[in-house]
Amino acid sequence: MRRLTTFWLRYRRNRGAVAGALALAVILALALLGPILYPTDPFDMVGRPFSLPFDRFPLGTDVAGRDILAGILNGGRVSLLIGVLASLSATIIGVALGAVAGYYGGRIDDLLMRTTEFFLCIPSFVLAVVLVAIFQPSVVTVTVAIAVVSWPSVARLARGEFIAHRDREYVQGCRAIGMPDWEIILLQIMPNALPPIIVVSSLMVATAILTESGLSFLGLGDPNLVSWGYMIGVARTVLRTAWWMAAIPGVMILLTVLAINLVGEGLNDALNPRLRKR
Amino acid sequence: MSAPVLDVRSLSVEFESTLGTVHAVRDLSFSIGEGETLALVGESGSGKSTAAMALLRLIPNPPGRISSGAVLLSGRDLMALSEADLRGVRGREMAMIFQDPMMALNPVYTIERQIGEVLRLHLGLSKSEILAEVVELLRLVGVPAPEERARQYPHNLSGGMRQRVMIAMALACRPRLLIADEPTTALDVTVQAQVLDLIHGLKEKLGMAVLLITHDLGIVAETANRVVVMYAGRKVEEGTVGEIFADPRHPYTRGLLGAAKWEEADGDLLREIPGTVPSPFEMPSGCSFAPRCAEAIPLCRGAMPELKDVAPGRQVRCFLAEGRGHG
Amino acid sequence: MADGTPQVASAGGAPILEVRELVKHYPIRGGLFSPSQMVHALDGVSLSVARGETLAVVGESGCGKSTLARCIIRLEQPTSGHILLKGADITVLAGRPLRELRRALQIVFQDPYASLNPRWSIASLIGDPMRLHGLVARGERRGRVASLLETVGLGPEFMDRYPHELSGGQRQRVAIARALAMQPEVIVCDEPVSALDVSIQAQVINLLKRLQRQFGIAYIFISHDLSLVKHISDRVAVMYLGQIVELAETRAARRRVLHPYSQALFSAAPVADPQAAAARKRIILAGDVPSPIEPPAGCRFHTRCPYRQDRCAREAPQLRAVEDRLVRCHFAGEPGFPPETSA
Repeated sequence: MRRLTTFWLRYRRNRGAVAGALALAVILALALLGPILYPTDPFDMVGRPFSLPFDRFPLGTDVAGRDILAGILNGGRVSLLIGVLASLSATIIGVALGAVAGYYGGRIDDLLMRTTEFFLCIPSFVLAVVLVAIFQPSVVTVTVAIAVVSWPSVARLARGEFIAHRDREYVQGCRAIGMPDWEIILLQIMPNALPPIIVVSSLMVATAILTESGLSFLGLGDPNLVSWGYMIGVARTVLRTAWWMAAIPGVMILLTVLAINLVGEGLNDALNPRLRKR
Repeated sequence: MSAPVLDVRSLSVEFESTLGTVHAVRDLSFSIGEGETLALVGESGSGKSTAAMALLRLIPNPPGRISSGAVLLSGRDLMALSEADLRGVRGREMAMIFQDPMMALNPVYTIERQIGEVLRLHLGLSKSEILAEVVELLRLVGVPAPEERARQYPHNLSGGMRQRVMIAMALACRPRLLIADEPTTALDVTVQAQVLDLIHGLKEKLGMAVLLITHDLGIVAETANRVVVMYAGRKVEEGTVGEIFADPRHPYTRGLLGAAKWEEADGDLLREIPGTVPSPFEMPSGCSFAPRCAEAIPLCRGAMPELKDVAPGRQVRCFLAEGRGHG
Repeated sequence: MADGTPQVASAGGAPILEVRELVKHYPIRGGLFSPSQMVHALDGVSLSVARGETLAVVGESGCGKSTLARCIIRLEQPTSGHILLKGADITVLAGRPLRELRRALQIVFQDPYASLNPRWSIASLIGDPMRLHGLVARGERRGRVASLLETVGLGPEFMDRYPHELSGGQRQRVAIARALAMQPEVIVCDEPVSALDVSIQAQVINLLKRLQRQFGIAYIFISHDLSLVKHISDRVAVMYLGQIVELAETRAARRRVLHPYSQALFSAAPVADPQAAAARKRIILAGDVPSPIEPPAGCRFHTRCPYRQDRCAREAPQLRAVEDRLVRCHFAGEPGFPPETSA
C-alpha cells in the first residue's frame, strides 16, 4: 500500500503523465460504456450518407449512412482490446524468452537471440500484413499477428535486464542458499527487472493500436467489427469532400496513442530507479 | 606562519528535499597554510565531501545552497566572485582530484588533449608548448614513457596511472590549493602508497596547501599535518596529527581511533561505537553524537555544545572535553 | 586453539574445508580475428581451514581472491582441482546434493546494498534459507527469524522492514543472519566490511568474532585490509596473480613476512599511528600488477620485485616450507633475505 502511495507521489510530478492518464481514462470509459449508453449499431444505415456532424447525428454519417459516433465508440473497443491483448501476449512471450536467455546465457541465449534477431530483421508491419493475409482476418488473427511482430523488442530488453541482474550479489546470495533457478528468475530477478519492461509494453499498446489501424485501413481488419482504422479506410476515397469522416477516427487514434505515450513516460519517471534517488 | 592559503569561515550548506531541509555542513571553519596538509575526517554523511564541493562552489543548486560563510583563497573571498571570475580560480588556483579517476576523465579524448585543455584555458599556451608541458607534467607525477602515454586514452591506463593523470591535470597550473577527495579509496594498497607518496612529494616540491578528505585514519596518520574531525555536519575536533592521535578529546574521535586500531586489540573484541550516524532528518536534540556516546551526561541531550578552544589551534565540541586529557 | 607449535596446515585438528590445487581459467572471447584468451584467475591454490578458525586471504585486486571465494562456495566451477568439505569431494556436485551442501557453506558479500534483494522484507530474506531447506516449520519461522535477528544485534522490529530502510551496517547484519539461518560450518566472508564506515566496521567484525566463538564457525576471510586481517585471522594467505605467495600463522606474519611481495604489501598498509608511520620505512613498489591474461614467466612477481635476479625471470619458484611457513620465492630463508625494513 505504501509502495503504491509513493508510486503515485512520484507519478504525479509529471504533469503530462497525469493529463495522459486522465485522457486515457476518458477514452477507456467511452469505449467500455459508450456502446451501452449509445446503443446504435455501427453497421446500421441510420440515415442519409454524408450528413454533417452536429446535424442529425452527433458526428454525422459516413459514405454508407452509418452513424460515425457509434463507429467511434465501438471501434474504440476493438482498437483498445486488440492493442492491450496483443501487447500483453507479446510481453509475456518476450519476457519469458528474454529471461531464460539472459539468465542462462550460453547456447540457449545464442539460439533464442538469433531467433529474436530474425524477427527484428523483417519489417514488422509487412510481416503483420503477411500473417493476417495468410490466416483469415479476425480479431484473433490480428491480435496474434501484432503480438508476433512485437515480442522481440521485449525479449531483447528483458534479456538485457536479466543479464544485468544475474551476476549481482543478491542473486549469487540466493544461489548460495540453494534457491532453485525458477524461483530466482520469477521471484528474485523479475520484480527488479519489471519496471522498464512495464514502460516498454505500455508504449507498445500505442504501437499495436497503430498497427491494427493500419491493417484495418488496408482492409485486413475483422470484417465483422468496426475499428478506427477501418473507418479511415472507408473515408479515404472522399477525403477531399468529407474530410471529417477520416479526421474524427484519426484524431481518436492520435489522442489515444498520445495519452498512452504520456502515461508510459510517467511510468518511466516513477519506476526508473536511477531517477528515483533524486 | 604567514597568511593561510585557504581560510574557511562559518561555512554552512543546506539541501532542500521533499522531507525537509538538510543541514549538510554547519558553521565549519578551518584554514590551511602553505605546504600544509589538512585532513578532513569523517564517516559518510559527515558532510566532509559536501564541504569540499562548497569550497569550489560546485554545490548543485537547486537543491543545494551555500547558506552562509566565507571562503578566502589567498585573502580573496570566493563566495563574492562572479561565476566567470570563479572559473579562473577553479583549476588554476585551486584544483581537485576525485575518488574515481575514470569518472573525471573523458573517455573519448587522449590524455594530452585533456591535460592540454586545462593549460589552454588557463594559461593560453600554444600547441607545441602544450605538448611539452603535458609531457613534463606526466613525468612530474611519475608516469613512465610520458610521450607515449600522452597519446593514449584513459581506458589504456591502469587505475593508479589514471589517478596520476588526474593529479597531473590538477597540477597543470601549479595551484596553491589541492583538494583531494578520497584520492586513493579506489586503489589497491601498494598503488595507494605510490599515490600518497606522490602527493606528499609534490606538496613539498611545489609548496601547495593540500586538503585531504578521507575516512581512513591510517592515511591521515601517514600524510596529514593537521586534522579536522567532522560528525553529522559539524566540526567536533581539530588539532595536529600528533595531538589527535595521542590525545583525542572528543568521544567520537576516541571511538574512531579505537575502531581503527585493529592490531592493538589482539584477539579481543574491538572498541566499537554503537549505533549509526543519525539521519539528517532526525537529528537528535542536543549533541548529535550523544545517542552513541558512552560518556554522555544529561546535559549532552539538552544542548549542542559549542566549539571551544582548549589549546592554541586545538578545538573540541564537547561538554566533557575541558579538564580531560593531558593538555 | 593453537597448541604452540607453529603449523602451516590448520591448527587444531582435521580441516573442515580443504582446497587442493584449485585452478580457474576464464576464456575471454576474442574479436573476429583475434584468438580467444585465458584469464589465469587461480593457478594452483591449496589451503585449508579448521573448525572455529579464521583463514585470511589477502591480496590486491586481480589477485584472484574473489574468484577463490566464489569457487569455494561453488558459485563458479573451477577449471581443475578439488574442494573437500569434511573430507568429501564437493567439486563436481550438482542438483540436489549441491543444494544440500549449501547448508554447510555460506558466503557474506562485500556490499550489503547489493547483496539483499530490495523487493523482499527482512523476514522473508532471512526466512528463505529455512523454507528452502525445510529447516524450520512454517509457523515457527518468524520466531526463528526474530531470534536470529537478536543474535546479530537487531531487534524483532526489523522483521517487516525492507533493505532500503536499513543502514549499511544493519544490512550487513541481516546478510550475516541470513547465512546463519543455515547453521553453516564454514562462512566465506568476501570483504565483509570494506563497504562500511569505520565505526560500523568494528561492530560487524566484533559480531563475526562473537559468532565464531558461539558456534565454532570457520571463516575464510577475503580482504585487502591488512590491519584488519592481522586483527581477525589465525592464519593468513597472501595472494599475487592467482597464486599463494606466502601462507603463515598471523602471529608469525605480524613479526615478519618472508616474501618480497608480502613485505611490500604489509609495509604499504597505512597504520593509524603517526609515530609508527614516521618511523617505518615503506617499500613502494614500482608499476602495477601485470595482466592475469599473460602472467609473467618465471616468478610472477619478478617484474616488480626489488630483489629480483636473473633466475627469477627464468624459473618459477614453488611454494615451499621455510622456517614456520610456506613461501613461494627462490631466496626466502637465505640469511638476510628479504632485507629487514620495519622496526
